[in-house]
Amino acid sequence: MAVLSLRRKQDRDTSAARAGLVAAVLVVALVVLLTVAVSLGSSSIPVGQVWAAVGRKLTGAAPAAGTSDVIVWQLRVPRALLAAIVGAGLGLVGTAVQALVRNPLADPYLLGISSGASLGAVAAIVLGAGAGGLLGLGLSGAAFVGALVSFSLVWTMARRGGGFSPLRLVLAGVGIGQFLSGITSYLVLQTADEQQTRGVLFWLMGNLGGAKWSLLAVPAATVVLVGLLLQSRARGLNALLMGDETAAGLGVDVARLRRELFVATSVLTGVLVAVSGAIGFVGLMVPHVCRLVVGGDHRRLLPVAALTGAVLLVAVDVVARTALDTQELPVGVVTAFIGAPTLLYLLDRRLEA
Amino acid sequence: MRLEIEDLRVALSGREVVSGVHLLAGDGEIVGLVGPNGSGKSTVLRTVYRHLRPTAGKVLLDGDDIRDLTARQAARHVAALPQERGTDFELSVREVVAMGRTPYKRAFAGEDPEDREIITTALEQVGMAADAGRGFSTLSGGERQRVLLARAFTQRPDVLVLDEPTNHLDVRHQVELLALLREHRRTTVVALHDLNAAASVCDRLHVLHDGAVVASGTPREVLTSELMAGVFGVRAAVVDHPLTGDPLIAFDHRAPADVPVVA
Repeated sequence: MAVLSLRRKQDRDTSAARAGLVAAVLVVALVVLLTVAVSLGSSSIPVGQVWAAVGRKLTGAAPAAGTSDVIVWQLRVPRALLAAIVGAGLGLVGTAVQALVRNPLADPYLLGISSGASLGAVAAIVLGAGAGGLLGLGLSGAAFVGALVSFSLVWTMARRGGGFSPLRLVLAGVGIGQFLSGITSYLVLQTADEQQTRGVLFWLMGNLGGAKWSLLAVPAATVVLVGLLLQSRARGLNALLMGDETAAGLGVDVARLRRELFVATSVLTGVLVAVSGAIGFVGLMVPHVCRLVVGGDHRRLLPVAALTGAVLLVAVDVVARTALDTQELPVGVVTAFIGAPTLLYLLDRRLEA
Repeated sequence: MRLEIEDLRVALSGREVVSGVHLLAGDGEIVGLVGPNGSGKSTVLRTVYRHLRPTAGKVLLDGDDIRDLTARQAARHVAALPQERGTDFELSVREVVAMGRTPYKRAFAGEDPEDREIITTALEQVGMAADAGRGFSTLSGGERQRVLLARAFTQRPDVLVLDEPTNHLDVRHQVELLALLREHRRTTVVALHDLNAAASVCDRLHVLHDGAVVASGTPREVLTSELMAGVFGVRAAVVDHPLTGDPLIAFDHRAPADVPVVA
């Protein structure tokens, strides 16, 4: 790959500068894509009008006549922002989980958290108002409770015998994830209501359709906080890549770092899945591709992965909304179409090397 | 800096694998830890770089218990080369070496000119400066070990701890690596399988057997045919190396010693 050979010829000082350049390009791309995402849709709104509408809203000016201001501000802006937030979060979580289990092909959903969230959400949909009214949880609330349940189970299983070794984490995560997915499937089969089954399927595939302003604050805050935490642990994450003993020899408290990482990535995964369903492949692909471009040093990798995830998911959501005239696709379908071939290509490349 | 280990005991899963080890490495000495597989060499070393916590006993740096330091403080004195050898991640040689600065840096802190200077120097010392931009995973075994040694050097340690650093290396690379230890001499504890290498490189040897030190002293004092039979279970004659004059252990590779005499 051209980017890779370019990187290898250069020294680190220039490579830090390049990571900065990559980040700048990604920020510009993100702004452009967000604009495009708000502009495109069942009724197209010219780009100039998009910014005019946003400007009117931010300055408190009176909205323009017609529906376009409402479409822009109430529907499309929150949705595009949610895509960016979720994408950034998945990029971060994927990067951290891959370091946590020391496997560059690990997925954020490997640790079973998303299966719990899905079970919570599906239970809320299938059991309907009866359970939704239960504790007054919405869909997202139920999903987050599900994530907490699976987190507790995986935590309990993985920490037995002391320490969260990568192998224990993965085995506990996969085992408990499969178990919870089994219950989810059972619940889906129990519903006779076709509309409900469709709703469940849509949710399980990952879906940004529920975006609204009131839903943005929690995921945005979580992404920022977890992002800062991870960035502050970037050197520790680097050390983990070499092995637990090496990390200990570098003065890293390995057991504590693993605990922090597991809790932080679980909370973020739970929040993301709660607002958007389990969107596949982003958390797997983004860190991997970013590593090829800016290298494996987490001090550079984390911010670049967050930006790349945001750019990717905003773009993917535009495709999901506009690819078919008749209906919207779940984002997960689009990420799978893009992600699976990319993954296979990367695997092929890795095994050849 | 002087490293002392006093009455060290370590239990793993309830089984005592190190029982009352005493060990000394004087300032600037290269000290070898030898013994059969499972004798506890790696376990002892792991307590020095704080991967394992001893159940009893102390690791002392110039008389101060290493457990009284924070992990970061300890890592500024002791650098380790464990047996872990690598990573599947896309790390460059320089990124691996730069990790040695970890115990000196606060969260969010970047590299300053001093860090860069130290990293460059370490790469030059092991002869890998020209390879700084290469991927660590593309290196040969010998190159990897030199890079990991450079990483240990960037920790600017007073004590260097190495666990079987020459494993899986061809003879030339073994010689090169051990020569680096002598060239950039500091207090060093190294576990070695190759007794002839230990005899020529180390100032002092400690022999471990079943979790206890059974012999300590200079290579010439320690490496005897009785010890070869009793601890290692092999027949061997110890002669003078025709080129260097160091003790040379000539093993009988045809049959083990028939009656192990436990030392």
